Amino acid sequence: MRFLLDAEQRDFARSLDAMLTAAGTPDVVRSWAAGDTGPGRALWNRLAEAGVFALGIPERYDGLGALPVELGLAFVELGRHAVPGPLAETVAAAALLDRLGDATTAAAWLPGIAAGKVVASVCLLSPDSPYALDADAADAVFVVEGDTLRLAEAHGPVQRSLDPARRPARPLGGTVLARGPAVAAAAAHAAEVAALTTAAQALGLGRALLDRTVEHVRTRRQFGVAIGSFQAVRHRLADTLIALEFTQPLLLAAALAMERGDAGCGREVAAAKVCACEAAYAAARSALQLHGALGYTEEPDLSLWIRKARALRTSWGTPSACRGRVLAP
Amino acid sequence: MDLDFSAADDAFRAEARAWLAGHLPGAPLPSLETAEGFAAHRDWERTLFADRWSVVSWPEEYGGRGASLLRWLIFEEEYYAAGAPGRVSQNGINLLAPTLFEHGTPEQCARVLPPMASGEVIWAQAWSEPESGSDLASLRSTAVRSEGGWRVSGQKTWSSRAAFADRAFGLFRSDPDADQPHHGLTYLMFPLDAEGVTVRPIGRLDGKPAFAEIFLDEVFVPDADVIGEPGQGWRVAMSTAGNERGLTLRSPGRFTAAADRLTALWHSAADPSDTALRDRVADAVIGARAYQLFAYAAASRLAAGGSIGAESSLNKVFWSELDIALHETALDLLGPYGDLADDADEAPAHGGWTEGYVFSLAGPIYAGTNEIQRDIIAERLLGLPKGRR
Repeated sequence: MRFLLDAEQRDFARSLDAMLTAAGTPDVVRSWAAGDTGPGRALWNRLAEAGVFALGIPERYDGLGALPVELGLAFVELGRHAVPGPLAETVAAAALLDRLGDATTAAAWLPGIAAGKVVASVCLLSPDSPYALDADAADAVFVVEGDTLRLAEAHGPVQRSLDPARRPARPLGGTVLARGPAVAAAAAHAAEVAALTTAAQALGLGRALLDRTVEHVRTRRQFGVAIGSFQAVRHRLADTLIALEFTQPLLLAAALAMERGDAGCGREVAAAKVCACEAAYAAARSALQLHGALGYTEEPDLSLWIRKARALRTSWGTPSACRGRVLAP
Repeated sequence: MDLDFSAADDAFRAEARAWLAGHLPGAPLPSLETAEGFAAHRDWERTLFADRWSVVSWPEEYGGRGASLLRWLIFEEEYYAAGAPGRVSQNGINLLAPTLFEHGTPEQCARVLPPMASGEVIWAQAWSEPESGSDLASLRSTAVRSEGGWRVSGQKTWSSRAAFADRAFGLFRSDPDADQPHHGLTYLMFPLDAEGVTVRPIGRLDGKPAFAEIFLDEVFVPDADVIGEPGQGWRVAMSTAGNERGLTLRSPGRFTAAADRLTALWHSAADPSDTALRDRVADAVIGARAYQLFAYAAASRLAAGGSIGAESSLNKVFWSELDIALHETALDLLGPYGDLADDADEAPAHGGWTEGYVFSLAGPIYAGTNEIQRDIIAERLLGLPKGRR
């Protein structure tokens, strides 16, 4: 056993982090929220050049093969920088189309997704899941309803989200791409990929929130001292770190279970999802509280991270649904 | 990166499992915190030792198997999954032994470690004093130079199972003029039946005499029983403090086994529509799995030449809070039987939860309170400024 990232994996994550730091994502997020997807698409292309969207796609469709661990690492960095767009949805759509086993459909879409030319969204339609994220910005919106896969032809009005960088809308109409039991099986796999990558984003988001808050409490002075010297502040941040540190191994184990095609993969993914999203949400609450009134304002970049933490929590598996899955026989 | 056990690891696991299946006591032993239970657990230590299962990670010369951290984790998983008894030697094995391995002389190791491994000598810790809990460095018990050794006086307290143990180890103030409180301390070992030692049991929250206070009146301790240099006791004690807080004190195997038992209890006893309770069971399962994986990562890091430092404080807070939450959930699941002591006539047959619950309540307190751990995390892992405690 070597439950440890290798040098190549660490370098990959580090280089993405450096690229996203240099890109300055807060402006991209604000543009995306305002409906200007140009900067977001430019960043999307750079992520594709770095290989992010090729990670789940087989080599015969211009991908890098199924690499869930690397996919998880990449999405931690996307979350750390609050990158906007249907990220989990695009890789979930790719997983869906690949798992379907229909070479024509796969060949039609997967090379474009791998190259970053196709931004996809996906909706596994149910009463708990009526929306496709960023349907207005996506080049293709895939909808699974029961055992039918459709390519949506339109979408309803974009709903304002608490996280303005998220633009959910109801997918409408469309042509049938596939029908049958393979669709349901592929959709189940896609849901796991979406949950895994959402968990990874939450972990990165939580780490960024913690880092920013640590920086703030070291420099913010009240009563003549740095507020980070107060025990109530220190202990809250210690708890935030503990929750994040115990999330990472769950995330990596879930990715490994997916890589091996383990029967228990769904449980591992659900555990990682609930743990990551609880940790990230708690980190957001701590960030808000310890930044004080400053944290409650929209203008600082911090607000972009705080609001995303809330949205990821219920995206691709509510905490309750995930906990139920952990105990499923 | 992988989570795969080698064939040799699997063989080790199978060997441990088979041995446990063939040697486990037929019925649960009486509580470790009673005289009768203490004696029964001491016998069990002897059985473990006879086949080299009492201290698998120690070198062979002291009765171990030289097992890696990963192998030890495997052993612990099997041990607790089998429902094997609690370890009465844990204070010696987890606290004193690592200190001896790092600071003891060859003579001390050869004299102290084998009887510790066999249960022939069971050790108690003598750290806390009535006025020195978290602020351990303020301790007042003294060691005064004497011909060939030291004369030790003072009062130690909250010493687990000292009422039944054979020997104790702890810190004493040997230089009252040292410039700082944690300077001038000496780490030494002494028999609990020596002349001048009085041990008085203290009832734990559930009344069991799990604690004791130790009064010392000019007790003679020979130089051979000083660990490290006189005056360097704080450094000697703290160099292995992470062992107590970290993995080796409360292995993940305890929690994965307990979470499995909790899940079984939930399946058999729970109202399926009670999702609030279900969520707590799920959190216990997730927490135990997270701790197990965290430990696999630590074992992998050690095997690759890395080390474990202040992150043992993350462990301590995590497992101690997990342990309480897990047992609280079990007691809630048991409903009207949840508050019955394990030895009550009508206690559930799959018992042990009440004793486990009472034991778990001490977790955030011993081995450095969780408040102290959070301070360590804040300063050493987050880089926050020092503050008032």
